Amino acid sequence: MNTDKRTPLLLLSSLLALLAVGPLLPEWQFLATLALGKGLVVLGLLLLLRTGLVSFGQGLYYCLGGYAAGVMGHYWGVTDATLLLLAAALVSGVAAAVLGLLLARYRAIFFAMLSLALSMILYGLLAKSQTLGSTDGFNLAPPTLLGFPLAGYEGRYALYSLACVLAFLAALGLHYYFRTPLGRLATAIRDNEIRVEYLGASVRGAVHVKYTIAGVLAGLGGALTGMTVGHIDPEMAYWTTSGEFVFIAILSGTGSVAAPFLGSFIYELVRTFAYEYSPNTWQLALGAVMLLIIVFLPAGLWSLFRRRQGGAA
Amino acid sequence: MSVLLETRGLHKRFGAVVAAKDISVAIERDSVVGLIGTNGAGKTTFVNMVTGYLKPDQGSVRFKGRDVTPLHPRQITRLGVGRSFQIPQLYDSLSAYDNVVVALGIALRNARPRWLARGPRLVPGYGLPLEEAAEQVLERFGLAEFRDRPAGVLPGGVRKLLDIAMTLALKPELLLLDEPTSGVSSEEKFAIMDRIMRAVRGSGATVLFVEHDMDIVSRYASRVLAFYDGRVIADGAPAEVLADPDVQLYVTGTRTTAEGAGHADD
Repeated sequence: MNTDKRTPLLLLSSLLALLAVGPLLPEWQFLATLALGKGLVVLGLLLLLRTGLVSFGQGLYYCLGGYAAGVMGHYWGVTDATLLLLAAALVSGVAAAVLGLLLARYRAIFFAMLSLALSMILYGLLAKSQTLGSTDGFNLAPPTLLGFPLAGYEGRYALYSLACVLAFLAALGLHYYFRTPLGRLATAIRDNEIRVEYLGASVRGAVHVKYTIAGVLAGLGGALTGMTVGHIDPEMAYWTTSGEFVFIAILSGTGSVAAPFLGSFIYELVRTFAYEYSPNTWQLALGAVMLLIIVFLPAGLWSLFRRRQGGAA
Repeated sequence: MSVLLETRGLHKRFGAVVAAKDISVAIERDSVVGLIGTNGAGKTTFVNMVTGYLKPDQGSVRFKGRDVTPLHPRQITRLGVGRSFQIPQLYDSLSAYDNVVVALGIALRNARPRWLARGPRLVPGYGLPLEEAAEQVLERFGLAEFRDRPAGVLPGGVRKLLDIAMTLALKPELLLLDEPTSGVSSEEKFAIMDRIMRAVRGSGATVLFVEHDMDIVSRYASRVLAFYDGRVIADGAPAEVLADPDVQLYVTGTRTTAEGAGHADD
């Protein structure tokens, strides 16, 4: 009950803090924007994880979102960031709604592997497609916001702010979604599908909706990443990218809609420092962090906060 | 009295085992019907066929005059059939309160027109917002003290009651209880049945319950169906059915010789 009321407040204060800190640490804005983009994808995974499903193929929608934004600018000259995000959400949402028809029938390892297979199909298609730059991908046209370019000192801060606001809205939206009758079915489906059917709800329908939402969030994350980096390539759909999202999701824990963003920041920090200090063995550092988390915080980083609040759920 | 549920010639076979043979019964509105029979007699199979979980090989199920045989459990549930389970089916990681909220939330969602976001904000049958209706259900079933504990750690009797409370929370017209008092101490049995009956009287549901305890059956049922080997071998008032020689031989075990009995194997 308490956390229900505290979460919107926590999200709002985090948003304000991020917006305030941004100009003070301009060199971190790039990293933070990337972390927010990945956080969006992981937020979608959190929704699936709470439903008892692990997708090893969120890279599919991450990539589709990135390419949707890229194609808009590259081929049609549309550079407005909000339009690019909208296009990404639409393309990934439609794709997830269609593929969800198939995936909503599967559970556990079958769901995980099928989602992985679908993302690898997209990878293969993009890698073979010359017009979209094949394995090299292509550069995005520099994005703008309300006519102002998102480059230079102010521009980068504006893009970072946009990412902050988007992450805030997505997390808040999902928080309220979990309080709707359909949203509440997430844990219910994970715990007992038969009971859900015997109370008069369609498990497959509910899973389908959740999968679509997760797809939209991954698409938004992909578009945001594309705009930040200025480049997209088929790697975004490769299974290691999807694996990275699952990694961050486990690191974060599913305790709060804020957890994916915290986990994502920590992940980017660890990765950046590990890469700087040991360029050849940075995966080793990430692996060690993962091991420590699994052993000492099996419910993810977010469980740290819970314990401090005296175990209040 | 009008017929609420009617089955016609239900047959079900699992490999070599015949779990239902030509079951044709009509259940009147507002009756309380006890289903008795030994393990494997076909009681749960009957409940599973009525609720759409199992499809009969032959025959049909009609609820309120409508053929529901091809429907899914969720569709039959929406038409007004509630079902509780022999082994409680709960959301173990959710609190007792959240279990009820999920149940009522589905009722609320099903009550609104499909593609419209705006619909009734009050739970149908309660006239209360979701949270308050859930508190009322817990209160009514004496579950308020377990409100915030995860269902997975609740004691057996409480789990049973919560399972039934969730089923009744949807205010079904037909309530199917699969062994509502199994796994519960004998003192608790009557307490649970009293609570169920009180709630049922409040909502006006017709009850079908599977039960092994004949004291419970005689006390609460207005009619008894005795199952044996996938068939209904006796049907009538409790005293009448329990005095039936076949029932005494094959179901209750109060008679050990076939003298006077013997129609069940025809």
